[in-house]
Amino acid sequence: MTTSAATTTGFGAEAFQAFLATRNEPGWVSDLRRASFGLYQESLGRPLNPEEWKRVDLRAFQANRFSVGGRATTTPATRMGTLLGNHPTTCEAGFAGAVAHVDGVVVDSHLAAELTAKGVLFGDLNELLRTHGDILKPHLMTRAVKPGVDRMSAWHAAFWTGGTVLYVPRNVVIDQPLYSLIGLATPQTMDGSHTLVILEEGAQATLLEETASATTTDAGLHVGSVELLVGKRANLRYVQLQNWNQQTWHFAHQAGLVEQDGSLQWTVGGIGSRLAHIHQEVFLDGKGARGEVNGVTFATDRQTLSYYTQQTHRSPNTTSDLLYKDVLRDEARVIWRGMIRVDQAAQKTDGYQRNDSLLLSPDCRADSIPGLEIEADDVRCTHGATAGRVDADQIFYCMARGMSRYEAMHMIVEGFFHGIYDRIAVEAVRQTLSRAVEVKLGIGQ
Amino acid sequence: MSSVLKIENLWVSVEGRAILKGVSLDVKQGEIHALMGPNGSGKSTLAYALMGHPKYEITDGRVEIDGVELNELEPDARARLGLFLAFQYPVTIPGVKVADFLRHAVTNVRNPNRKEGEDLMPMRDFRKELKGRMEELDMDTDFARRYLNEGFSGGEKKRMEILQLAMLRPKFAVLDETDSGLDSDAVRFVSQSLARLTGPDMALIIITHHDRLLEFNKPQHTHVLLAGRIVETGDAALARELHDHGYAGVRSRHPDAAAEEKEALEQNALVGANK
Ligand SMILES: Nc1ncnc2c1ncn2[C@@H]1O[C@H](COP(=O)(O)OP(=O)(O)O)[C@@H](O)[C@H]1O
Ligand SMILES: [Mg+2]
Repeated sequence: MTTSAATTTGFGAEAFQAFLATRNEPGWVSDLRRASFGLYQESLGRPLNPEEWKRVDLRAFQANRFSVGGRATTTPATRMGTLLGNHPTTCEAGFAGAVAHVDGVVVDSHLAAELTAKGVLFGDLNELLRTHGDILKPHLMTRAVKPGVDRMSAWHAAFWTGGTVLYVPRNVVIDQPLYSLIGLATPQTMDGSHTLVILEEGAQATLLEETASATTTDAGLHVGSVELLVGKRANLRYVQLQNWNQQTWHFAHQAGLVEQDGSLQWTVGGIGSRLAHIHQEVFLDGKGARGEVNGVTFATDRQTLSYYTQQTHRSPNTTSDLLYKDVLRDEARVIWRGMIRVDQAAQKTDGYQRNDSLLLSPDCRADSIPGLEIEADDVRCTHGATAGRVDADQIFYCMARGMSRYEAMHMIVEGFFHGIYDRIAVEAVRQTLSRAVEVKLGIGQ
Repeated sequence: MSSVLKIENLWVSVEGRAILKGVSLDVKQGEIHALMGPNGSGKSTLAYALMGHPKYEITDGRVEIDGVELNELEPDARARLGLFLAFQYPVTIPGVKVADFLRHAVTNVRNPNRKEGEDLMPMRDFRKELKGRMEELDMDTDFARRYLNEGFSGGEKKRMEILQLAMLRPKFAVLDETDSGLDSDAVRFVSQSLARLTGPDMALIIITHHDRLLEFNKPQHTHVLLAGRIVETGDAALARELHDHGYAGVRSRHPDAAAEEKEALEQNALVGANK
């Protein structure tokens, strides 16, 4: 670590050179960064795609106030305000492995020995690129999230700091879930996590990932990416619970790509951040591929949570099923813009998307914009959106039966999420989301 | 010691308009009271005001149970003091199972000092009790797994209210037109079930237009509400008379209240026309 690098804020050429100088990585990785930085600089001259961004208010965001992390941290993972893992630094019962990053630096990483013996890789991207670059190179930013998509993807590809890698070889089945923590502890730091999951043919795994902050007051920035590559007949369950403090900006490109007869179940929890925008894509690439997306969000205060989701069917007999359930309170805002795309080749596609919102206060606002773009002629695609308010009579009814106002609210919110909890097969995740709802409602504090 | 619900000179306004104008009523544990009156006379208003609905503002007078004033208490505190309302129009709560809802309700009412997050009644005991009550009420036990009132028929909703009453065993239960929307066999059945549920520990205030619900629950007192005032009080014979002959007699005996009723109706029509 050099002091000059540590004091260069922003993401200009000087900051990039200083950052690059601190990296100890293979030449091809630095080349990828340089090319991406070029794309990033070009992209600054162009507006972000208005269809995706026009409802997202970025006026208060100043990138130059932040500096890229990934150099050093003094904060252990146990200091993070996590919901899912109590002690992510230890391989506690229930998890087959855990990786934790703070300020873009890996602080803990381990995996059950029998999985290592089977050829499973689980750890920090930086290190695994050095030791197993041959395995990762064909997948990193080449298939699911390419650097050139837009400003955010290029920014991430130039400045990514680290992240969790899971590689599961052919036909290896991991029964217990794996845990990954992305933490921010130093004020004004940018986390550039890149989550890369590769399941070879017939492999199975569950990865639970959580983002968290050490304090409730320090400003943070995440410019991240998630790539989920699900091979033939492979089965991945991936959960990302976004639980930053409310001073953190969260921008991410996240994409899953499913090959023939593979299956991806992807759960997104949106609890934290000041403003989050996630560009989420599921590509059903192989015949018979299946993708399920579950979104559970709870926005309060002046939070903005924005999701731009795409379900892209590229092969026949593919299925996608997306359900986002949003609860809003105070002056919060949730934006969901969804699209199902069906290529000409993708006959017999079954696509579904739905977004339901529950408004707990008069001043919150939910925007739902579903969409279809269909080029095949033999498909079944449906979408829907609903928005409802909790009315005073429901609260009164619960209270008349002895429940406190909070308990009534809790009951109604849990009832609203019920349909989606039923879809989430991992009990720990259901419980965690339920706990997150309690925290939001101010219960048990 | 038997408990008393005391209503003293109660004035209640809805959206700034006085609906109840000085209602007084004493109800002792174990008693049955019938509360009758034409549509719009304020019966539901009294029921909601007793339970603490935020829209129904008490502007004067007081309500108390055994000397504890309810006026400023939240509805949950009133429920925990032993008050119950069977709603005229029960509310739907999507995604919340009947059993989960009732387990919370029962736990709170039986442990009035419970805070949210503290332990619920043990699942086994609760299930057993719920099953027993449902069988007594001739309800399919599948109801426990359904979402509260979602897709229920009118009659099913009313039965759900009675089931809740059976589980919560309040000291004072107000039944707001529990017989409406039920066919006569169903009313008879509910009337019988109620009679089995009640006893010296429970008082009933039965709001009704008919006397069928009263068949097995013979009121000691019948009160007639007209334009927000109790204008007459009698016994079971009065309930029968009102059922058979309607309110024309009451109106002619109380011309002032009848005039106020007419005025309120006209005002309602005006408000409706302005909407
Ligand atoms: N929630 C409400 N909003 C507006 N007006 C109401 C409301 N509840 C009752 N009222 C008015 O109060 C009067 C009495 O109504 P209610 O108590 O429902 O009578 P009842 O139950 O005897 O038929 C009516 O004029 C009605 O319009
Ligand atoms: Mg009524």
